[in-house]
Amino acid sequence: MIAGVGAAALTPYPRRGLPVSVIVSQLFTGVSIGAVLLLIALGLALTFGQMNVINMAHGEFIMAGAYTVYVLQQSISSAGASLLIALPVSFAVTGLMGVILEVLLIRRLYARPLDTLLVTWGVSLILQQAARDIFGAPNVQTSAPSFLTGSVQITDDIVIASSRLFILGLALAAVAALMIVLKTTSLGRRIRAVVQNRDLAAVSGLATGRVDRLTFFIGSGLAGIAGVALTLIGPIGPAMGTNIIVNAFLVVVVGGIGQLKGTVIVAFVLGILQSMVEYATTVSVASVIVFVAIVAFLQWRPQGLFTLRTRSLA
Amino acid sequence: MFKNRVATALVALSAVTALTACGAKTADTAGSAPAGGGAAVDTSGPTVKVGLLNSLSGTMAISEVTVRDAIQLAVEEINTAGGVLGKQLTAVSEDGASDWPTFAEKAQKLISQDKVAAVFGCWTSSSRKAVKPVFEKNKALLFYPVQYEGLEQSPYIFYTGATTNQQIVPALDYLKSTGKTSVYLVGSDYVFPRTANKIIKAYAAANGMKVLGEDYAPLGSTEFSTIVNKVKASGASAVFNTLNGDSNVAFFKEYKSAGLTAESMPVVSVSIAEEEVKSIGTQYLAGQLTAWNYYQTTEGAANERFVKAYKAKYGADKPTSDPMEAAYTSVYLWKAMAEKAGSFDIEKVKAAANAGGITYEAPEGLVTVDGATQHVFKTARIGKIGSDGLIEEVWNSGEPVKPDPYLKSYSWATGLS
Amino acid sequence: MSPRLRTFAGFGITALLLFAVAPLVLGDFRLGLLAKYLCFAIVAVGIGLAWGRGGMLALGQGVFFGLGGYAMAMHLKLADAGPGELPDFMTLYGQLDALPWWWAPFANPVFALLATVLLPMLVALLLGLLIFRRRVRGAYFAILSQALAAAFAILLIGQQGTTGGTNGLTDIQGFFGYDLNDPVNRRMIYFIIATALLLMLLAAWQLMRSRYGELLVAVRDAEERVRFLGYDPANVKLVAYVVAAGMAGLAGALFVPAVGIISPALIGVVPSIEFVIGVAVGGRASLAGPAIGAIAVAWAKTALSERVPSAWTYFEGLLFVLPIVFLPGGIASLVRLRRRRTAEAPAAPALEKVPS
Repeated sequence: MIAGVGAAALTPYPRRGLPVSVIVSQLFTGVSIGAVLLLIALGLALTFGQMNVINMAHGEFIMAGAYTVYVLQQSISSAGASLLIALPVSFAVTGLMGVILEVLLIRRLYARPLDTLLVTWGVSLILQQAARDIFGAPNVQTSAPSFLTGSVQITDDIVIASSRLFILGLALAAVAALMIVLKTTSLGRRIRAVVQNRDLAAVSGLATGRVDRLTFFIGSGLAGIAGVALTLIGPIGPAMGTNIIVNAFLVVVVGGIGQLKGTVIVAFVLGILQSMVEYATTVSVASVIVFVAIVAFLQWRPQGLFTLRTRSLA
Repeated sequence: MFKNRVATALVALSAVTALTACGAKTADTAGSAPAGGGAAVDTSGPTVKVGLLNSLSGTMAISEVTVRDAIQLAVEEINTAGGVLGKQLTAVSEDGASDWPTFAEKAQKLISQDKVAAVFGCWTSSSRKAVKPVFEKNKALLFYPVQYEGLEQSPYIFYTGATTNQQIVPALDYLKSTGKTSVYLVGSDYVFPRTANKIIKAYAAANGMKVLGEDYAPLGSTEFSTIVNKVKASGASAVFNTLNGDSNVAFFKEYKSAGLTAESMPVVSVSIAEEEVKSIGTQYLAGQLTAWNYYQTTEGAANERFVKAYKAKYGADKPTSDPMEAAYTSVYLWKAMAEKAGSFDIEKVKAAANAGGITYEAPEGLVTVDGATQHVFKTARIGKIGSDGLIEEVWNSGEPVKPDPYLKSYSWATGLS
Repeated sequence: MSPRLRTFAGFGITALLLFAVAPLVLGDFRLGLLAKYLCFAIVAVGIGLAWGRGGMLALGQGVFFGLGGYAMAMHLKLADAGPGELPDFMTLYGQLDALPWWWAPFANPVFALLATVLLPMLVALLLGLLIFRRRVRGAYFAILSQALAAAFAILLIGQQGTTGGTNGLTDIQGFFGYDLNDPVNRRMIYFIIATALLLMLLAAWQLMRSRYGELLVAVRDAEERVRFLGYDPANVKLVAYVVAAGMAGLAGALFVPAVGIISPALIGVVPSIEFVIGVAVGGRASLAGPAIGAIAVAWAKTALSERVPSAWTYFEGLLFVLPIVFLPGGIASLVRLRRRRTAEAPAAPALEKVPS
């Protein structure tokens, strides 16, 4: 048996009372994991949180956003320019995909939220295979602008990746933009009206169908933005959406349906929890612990961190 | 009451049927029912079927589709040149769908429905482990073309990829010779990386190398910031990378972002071939090391021919890689075995191979089948990834290394198997 | 025909098809595949109960299927290895000197057999107590189930030395003394699975037509009203959830001798959702619909992927989309529609309404 030999050879990672630099850089890692989660979950917070549609194809919209970067880079050689152009283009592309999905299928399912989960899962399978047939099964590569592949030196030990900083900024900007739209514009007012009382909004003369479509456009468009961001840190391939989608839904559920601030807080808390536990243990243990923490949390607050107060019993 | 009668009747019916079924069983085991006999190869027509078993959908499609393409190229070439023993080959392609039970089901289908002469394919160790009992049970042949973790020797599988002493051990030797005294192990959470790392730890212990840490990410995981932080903090002189597929992309993007480079802390990868280099991007990979037995740049007329034929068939931008080459070679090795045996009969083909002397001038150089282990002699090659996306050889073992799946000839490895 | 007689006739025909027609018509290979489909059908019967009747979209059935499967496979691996010996993969990957403590009880066949059903039920009970008591339901429940499946699969994969990791437990040779290489014994496995399916259908039928069945549908349609009537909806749901888990566990246990492998590939998010698709196609709220749907979908998968591999994914996608959007009652609703036209019998409203 080799067990003894192995133990001797494997000098355990030195953990002499965790130096401050480790804590700080893990904290930032957690924040940046949270930012990625937030970007992915933000669109869901709108489509799931506000409209009660469980869109499993959201992951494939993210994939479409990432492939948009790839397609753009075929004609635009400058990595920086193509990335900036990709942001609005991806938003439009995936937003449009969302509207098509809404018009063709989801519109018929508003009374059956759980069925949207299965139907959009089917859509996600189709989109994945389509990506495989269009772009080939292997991953594709995009180039990142040089200012996003480096890192920012904070101290001798603490280095922060500039791509992560960019994603953090992008996530916060997206949240801010969404908040402004929801709180100050007339579109936002209409969305909130439909969410809080669809029937009353309808009898007050709001075209609820059009509001739904616009909400879905924005929510799906945010997936495109997330897709652009993910090209900086991960693979771009047909399966990229499936791995992240469940976690993103968990963020929305724990944050509280219909509550943007809940989504924001929970994304960062889960990110930090994941990074801290993972540092001390392993990835798989961290995933399990995060799950257990979520179940425990829902014991305490079954409707999520924040709840929308309505008179509905359901 | 009526409903109770229905229930009773049904229970009785079921019980009786189950019992009859069991009765048949005991009688049969008492008698000597041969378990299926050897797999029958259908040689009645002018063609003979060969099976291709690869994931064409799901997460593994990314790697396995090109292997299927390479096998198909070999089959076509063989057909153009007159086939095997006067018969043309028909390739029956099945999708393993990146799902191990599906691999087992499809293997069974190829054997009992299509009556193929041999099956080429499988990539992950899990898929091989799932089909191994199927091939052994049916006495049918599998040619497995991917480097793997060793510690296996099925009588019905031919292993044309590298075993550990043709890839991992030479890579460690190379690291040691270049003065790297400590490594950090990063791998995907499955059989190959865990077994490979066990071997690496045993080697390290015997060779004065330090293993500073060991981390596994779930297959398909794309969040590597914490692992890279750990790697960086360890101050190891090199990283040994056994990550699979998608995870490599995220890992190398993170690696570069953290300010780690091929100069400061080189990464030796054993699952990154030309195809993966293309999808990760040379901007993240240039200068890093890989360990394989073949590169697109490997010199020799056989390789020039292979690369040219592959690109002509699938596109000039498609690179060739080690698993593709091993898969391509495996078809030719089977052809050589069948021709030596003068038959498609599986036991005869096997006997011809086990007697030794099966060779083929492969793109990677001359390969010889080791009759005893059913593995292949292969030259180990360490390569450096260039900024053009190709891999340049920086070191090779000089001659084909004898396969040693159980590492019996290495004293430090006693107890590993 | 009275509905009761019709059900009886249905059971009779099913039994005839499973026990007489299929073994006669199908060769060994196809019969083996059918055995696998029947395992999925057993899971589907449970999902039909929990989702169709109870309104709980159980998206984590892979976990219970896996628990049952692993419990059975652990016993069979130990039996293959022989007394006092370790299963092959443990010495290879785990390099263990002794059996882990949690493996030891599975050497006992009675314990292992009981565990295949009771272990999933116990886990479902604990989880259900936590979830339903706190009135987590609908989308929350579905997503939590998915997360559970993901976490369980990751956990299993991480413990390669003791669970076989991604490989799972493979290469199972015997089944309680019977050699699984022998086609006759594999035929026996088929008969056992067919019997189990019939018994589960029967159990589901009894449950559905009992007072409890009525209550379950009531909870699905108007949970608060049931609460006001003095029942605890959590307990009502819990029973259906636990029964469904038991059925999934049984299916997993039978899957192991039929296919010879159990692996995390059958447990995660994707397989868990695939379990549901057959139920949706067949008709979630009917008795036979889920089972028929599961068999039809599994068969379609094999048939289509043999002919045009990449087309299967498109077809599977459409299977999720078209029936659910345009035929929410599944195949079963087609039958019922025809029947109503011919016999203009008053529709049973509670069953016609499709839950969400």
